[in-house]
Amino acid sequence: MTDILPAAENPHEPTPPVEPGGSPADAPRGTDDSASLWRQAFRRMRRNPIAIIGAVIVLVFVLVALLAPWLAPYPAGATPGRDLIRPTEIPGPSAEYPLGLDRFGSDVLSQLIWGARSSLVIGVVSTLLGLFGGVAVGLLAGAFGGGVDTLAMRFVDLMLAIPSLLLAVSIAAIAGQNNSAIIIAIGVVQIPIFARLLRGSMLQQRNSDYVLAARSLGLTRGTVTMSHVLPNSLGPVIVQATLVLATAVIEAAALSFLGLGGGRPTDAEWGRMLTGAQAELSIAPRLALYPGLCISLTALGFTLLGESLREALDPRMRRR
Amino acid sequence: MGEQRSDAVVGDTAPLLQVRDLEVTFTTDAGGVVAVKGVSFDVEPGQTIAIVGESGSGKTTVATAVLGLLPDNGKITGGSVRLSGQELVGASSRRLQSLRGRVLGLVPQDPMTNLNPTSTIGRQLVETLEDTGTASGAEARTRASELLTEAGISDADERMRAYPHQFSGGMRQRTLIAIGLSASPELLVADEPTSALDVTVQKVVLDRMEQLTAVRGTAVMLITHDLGLAAERASDLLVMYRGELVESGPALELLTNPQHEYTKRLLAAAPSLASRRIQIAKEAGVEDAVEGGDLLAVSDGREDDVTADAEAPLIQARNLRMVFPGARRGLFGHEPDVVAVDDVSFDMHRGRTVAIVGESGSGKSTVARMLLHLLEPTSGEVLMEGRPVDARKQADEIAFRRRVQPVFQDPYSSLDPLYTVFRTVEEPLRAHDTGGKGARADRVYELLDQVALPASMARRYPAELSGGQRQRVAIARALALQPDVVICDEAVSALDVIVQSQILHLLADLQERLQLTYLFISHDLAVVRQIADHTCVMENGRIVEQGATDDVFDNPQEEYTQRLLAAIPGRDLELAL
Repeated sequence: MTDILPAAENPHEPTPPVEPGGSPADAPRGTDDSASLWRQAFRRMRRNPIAIIGAVIVLVFVLVALLAPWLAPYPAGATPGRDLIRPTEIPGPSAEYPLGLDRFGSDVLSQLIWGARSSLVIGVVSTLLGLFGGVAVGLLAGAFGGGVDTLAMRFVDLMLAIPSLLLAVSIAAIAGQNNSAIIIAIGVVQIPIFARLLRGSMLQQRNSDYVLAARSLGLTRGTVTMSHVLPNSLGPVIVQATLVLATAVIEAAALSFLGLGGGRPTDAEWGRMLTGAQAELSIAPRLALYPGLCISLTALGFTLLGESLREALDPRMRRR
Repeated sequence: MGEQRSDAVVGDTAPLLQVRDLEVTFTTDAGGVVAVKGVSFDVEPGQTIAIVGESGSGKTTVATAVLGLLPDNGKITGGSVRLSGQELVGASSRRLQSLRGRVLGLVPQDPMTNLNPTSTIGRQLVETLEDTGTASGAEARTRASELLTEAGISDADERMRAYPHQFSGGMRQRTLIAIGLSASPELLVADEPTSALDVTVQKVVLDRMEQLTAVRGTAVMLITHDLGLAAERASDLLVMYRGELVESGPALELLTNPQHEYTKRLLAAAPSLASRRIQIAKEAGVEDAVEGGDLLAVSDGREDDVTADAEAPLIQARNLRMVFPGARRGLFGHEPDVVAVDDVSFDMHRGRTVAIVGESGSGKSTVARMLLHLLEPTSGEVLMEGRPVDARKQADEIAFRRRVQPVFQDPYSSLDPLYTVFRTVEEPLRAHDTGGKGARADRVYELLDQVALPASMARRYPAELSGGQRQRVAIARALALQPDVVICDEAVSALDVIVQSQILHLLADLQERLQLTYLFISHDLAVVRQIADHTCVMENGRIVEQGATDDVFDNPQEEYTQRLLAAIPGRDLELAL
């Protein structure tokens, strides 16, 4: 009976194909050298056209933002065509100004290109702020549990109870009228969402066998939390961050549309361009269309990317 | 009834189901995978056949292909499936749908997820009856109640109004059988109908299914991984391996005289009550044994009590009791507290294996967690070499952790998916500051070698390993700190028979070489018989019987133990050869 031991299960052999309905984790992986969870997700995303479209959109806007000094025909906030503006008429597209001029005589194309910078910076930085703040609160709640958990979660409930736009407006009002106020406002509003997500995900991981095994090895609670529970709980949080990037870009525009961004009216920022366009809606509706389109496209790009990342990480969606 | 009907249509020579050269291909991330190829077999009206194989052998795929229920990424790429002479491959989905339920019935695998939780049992039965055009309105309700009664559910009229969560696993599976048989199909496909159930419940459910199909003359295609169960229930067996049919024939003939190498291996690996303690320890032990205790291990295990006198037990569980507070109900109310473990005491001697057997909910895993100090007992204590362990003192706890290590049931969830094999095995060494980087790496490879994993596995992630390989990694991690005691909580239950047998041999071999003491927790009596010296039988949180393994198995004193033993499938067959 003992003689079957070495021959039967040859560890060199790749995992045999598994019948459908078996555990998704058992999917045939070929003989790929290494396949961590994230690498697999990336591989799956590369084959997903939705992910490619999202990535291309985001990449284009990032490149535009980075290369603004070379791409934009005019400097940010410059008003080269101010002499052409009449109270009843704003010149449309021409050879010199491909997308036309705005109320102050700025080149709309240049403003859009420069605007990509501030919109993306506000989006990314405020998302990072929300992410780190939320992870800190969620980690406290998820790692310590008990009283700390209750306290942290009631704090989060409190924040969720206030309408997010109202909270953002109040923060911006207190912090003063500038871009950092907008960043803080949007970031803080995201904290409760990230915190809840991380806490839920950690509670789920905390009861899994590998965490029990790690505890049985005599690892301290801190080590178990930081090296096992947290890394395995981050998936949904990262996905959420990608999706929040989209809303952050929209909210940034909304807040500066409401006039909370401060600065001069000629500053290149999509939200403010929308505000300005509002007054000229009857004579130059295109002025509202361009920044609106940019905001929607950027948000769409991040959303597609986030959704496909979620799909790639979700074990239920595999083998599609 | 069904028999007469099919006879009238087909005549008595043609088989009910004729599968020829069936090939099924799946499109996956890794490209096309042929899951089943060249499978041919017949099912005669009223006959029960069983398809036996390990997970991944393609047995479920054959069943779903016959039913026309392959998942979206699966496709029949060759061969034919004829039902009463009519070709099903390429038939329209409408045509297949009209056959399902009426001619082809299905009893699915998992009774916990295959009933709609938001609809009553009665509603689900009536729905099936109405959709298949068997009965409608009041007639359907009467018929549904009759079906439930036939399936062995008492107070059927009352129970029709219940929701699935109010049913036990066995009752749900009986309901699924009633649904599968509701339109009197000629062929019932039962896909692992009882693998999620306890062994005593399994027997009741299968008896009932056999009875119902016999009365109706329904042919049954039983899909199972359990050879004993297949041999007991089916007249003919089909053995599948890696998508191919390797052997088929009448059940008894195939078991007593297997032709194919794989069938022989499967039979050799299948644990049965006739099989004895794995021999490794005994063969090697005669020469190598140094201490008196080991020489005793060589003989029958009957010497358990003698050992107890000779040497103080390594670990003693004393009157362990665990009470879980009841779930909160409303604002202030509580459900009554749950006594999960009550007054459990046993001794573990160095180098020996103590097993705890019991059905789900008997409290055996709770005992394991208390011994691991992952749960504080409500009362009672665990003594290590006669001294209680105070898990609240960190030094004590760390010392304890180094000596007692677990191996858990599910090799899929007991390894961190983000850690490579190397990092997983290295972690305990790093945590306890054992040597430098190079010394640690040497130790990791030594451990991998001990569990018969090649060094090339070190860079892999758990997702790239098979179940057996993962369990080996988990064992290597548990052994890293050179513990005295390993607590195996259902450590082989999730594995296929052959892999299971390999892991059991590995455990026995390691016990011999490293003088390990095991606490082996399992629901599978046959496995326990292979590995344990001393067996405790648990029911509802209490140990109802304990003693030397052979005594418990050959001469069970308690009614519950007898019932448990009687329920094991295939126990009357000479399986062990």
